Amino acid sequence: MGIILIGERINGSFKDVGRAIQEHDKTVIKDRVTKQEAGGADYLDVNMGAASRKLEDYAWLVQAVAEATALPLSLDCPRADMFRVGLKAYRETVGERSVILNSTTAEDSKLIPLLELAVEFKARIMGVVMDERGSPQDVDRRLELGGKIFAAATEAGLSPADIFLDPIVMPVKFMQDQPKHILNAIQQLTTLSDPPCHISIGLSNISSKAEERKLINRTFMVMALAMGLDAAILDVCDEEMRQSVATAELLLGMEIYSDGYLKAYRQRAGSGPVAAAA
Amino acid sequence: MVPDAKKTWGGKVNSVTIGATPAAGGTRAFTVTIGGSATLPFLDFEGTCGQPAVAMEICDTYPQEWPDLLREPFGDALQDPVRWARKCLEMGADLICLRLDGCHPDHGNRSPAEAAQTVKQVLQGVPAPLIIWGTGNADKDNEIFPAVAEAAAGENCLIGSITEDNYKTLVAVCTAYKHKIIAESPCDVNMAKQVNILAQDMGFPVENIVIYPTCAALGYGLEYIYSVMERGRLAGLKGDRMLAQPIICDIGIEAWGVKEARVSEAEIPDWGPQRQRAPLWEASTALACLLAGGDLFILRHPEAVQSLKKSIAELAGANITAAAA
Repeated sequence: MGIILIGERINGSFKDVGRAIQEHDKTVIKDRVTKQEAGGADYLDVNMGAASRKLEDYAWLVQAVAEATALPLSLDCPRADMFRVGLKAYRETVGERSVILNSTTAEDSKLIPLLELAVEFKARIMGVVMDERGSPQDVDRRLELGGKIFAAATEAGLSPADIFLDPIVMPVKFMQDQPKHILNAIQQLTTLSDPPCHISIGLSNISSKAEERKLINRTFMVMALAMGLDAAILDVCDEEMRQSVATAELLLGMEIYSDGYLKAYRQRAGSGPVAAAA
Repeated sequence: MVPDAKKTWGGKVNSVTIGATPAAGGTRAFTVTIGGSATLPFLDFEGTCGQPAVAMEICDTYPQEWPDLLREPFGDALQDPVRWARKCLEMGADLICLRLDGCHPDHGNRSPAEAAQTVKQVLQGVPAPLIIWGTGNADKDNEIFPAVAEAAAGENCLIGSITEDNYKTLVAVCTAYKHKIIAESPCDVNMAKQVNILAQDMGFPVENIVIYPTCAALGYGLEYIYSVMERGRLAGLKGDRMLAQPIICDIGIEAWGVKEARVSEAEIPDWGPQRQRAPLWEASTALACLLAGGDLFILRHPEAVQSLKKSIAELAGANITAAAA
């Protein structure tokens, strides 16, 4: 079915996007949407970053993005009230289209309200494997928290296909023993259920503050895909990244070989929501 | 919570319509639409299943190579492609497949103008949509396809075939004269995908392609073809647009070429009467391809046509006829 690529570029932390949010300027947003569509995004992440904390700004941003694309969105917020405002704006703009709530942790005070929202608005949910004690440093803790989120989500009525677990990627520059734990955790999280839920990462964390960011990103991406990762929040406009993902899909037997497989992958990109429908 | 055992797929086989009525700029009395399946053949409890269609084959010359018992049901209609085509429609064909075998350099070497003339006559003589198959000789096909496609302009024919090594001429003329294309790849799912990519690269929509993974008669590698058809279909249903095409199965030419269809009872008494055996061989080959995911069948003997249509109707739980527009 292909790897689910969630485009990360609509984020208020980027200066031009931040300014567009503050000034309610749709042209910058539209440009970011178009580029990520051409890059083959399956979902577009929508994050205000530090540009604003106002609920009405988030509602505006969600509506501006949703109007500009046929792709589903990943609503990326820090607070439940902002999710609600975003979901309401989204449903009013697009109706039934798929959506991911990005994200909850395993902490009950966050998890339970977010699951209620997911059920109410028929949304998918991204669960990050951390809780009040902070980020896990080993495989077991990642599995424990992943299991907790998965159990709570299925209990609430979500199917495995609607659940994304994020084992938390940490920068290799500062925590060099973490990548191997993350890779092991990915593999073990895929065995939580059959069919498995989705496993997703925020990829660019791996190369935070490093020099060779793109090379580190795409190398880790391919390693993670080999362990069973099937979704990621990343820069879909990185051409070499996309070629690596396409080749990984081929090598993992997710895609039938043809001499022109890269061409087919590029043609698929920009042809609309395919993987997102699955 | 017990999970639902029904399989749902992310992709869907493209629907391809052959023929154009006057409303659509052609002169056909009806059209035939194949494909559209959202699941494997006849699993209609899981999703939409397309309606397979059955074409009967005619040639632009008298079929000298056909065994007597295959020529017998058509009588002297075989002398004239139009009368032959009408006979096929009386026998239950949903549409007609015209094979331009007489244009092959070794089988008469008819000219592009003669080929175009035959195509026009058949289109004028019958109301059904038309599949047009070239000679299989790449150089000769590239000579006749422009004239043939032009002669059938507006009629939305299905013309074949393009291959990995020879696709530019037919893709260009089918774009110009708005026909559908058969993309051929010899028993190879990788190449099936590749030919579609090449056509799309020339701007031809993959939604206007029917794929032909080649075919083999029962006992002559049918199981390989079955696997290739099934593997491609599974990929298409999973969302691979380059393998989401309906499949055409050229059955008659294969089934009537093997000794099980051609040898008489006198030669091999254990095999029983050829009169029953030969059409049955054709029908059995077609049935296997139907279950593998075939959407469009080209047959020769009227009894094989009846048998396959009966199988389709029984498997679908309803009578299936050509989709009249």
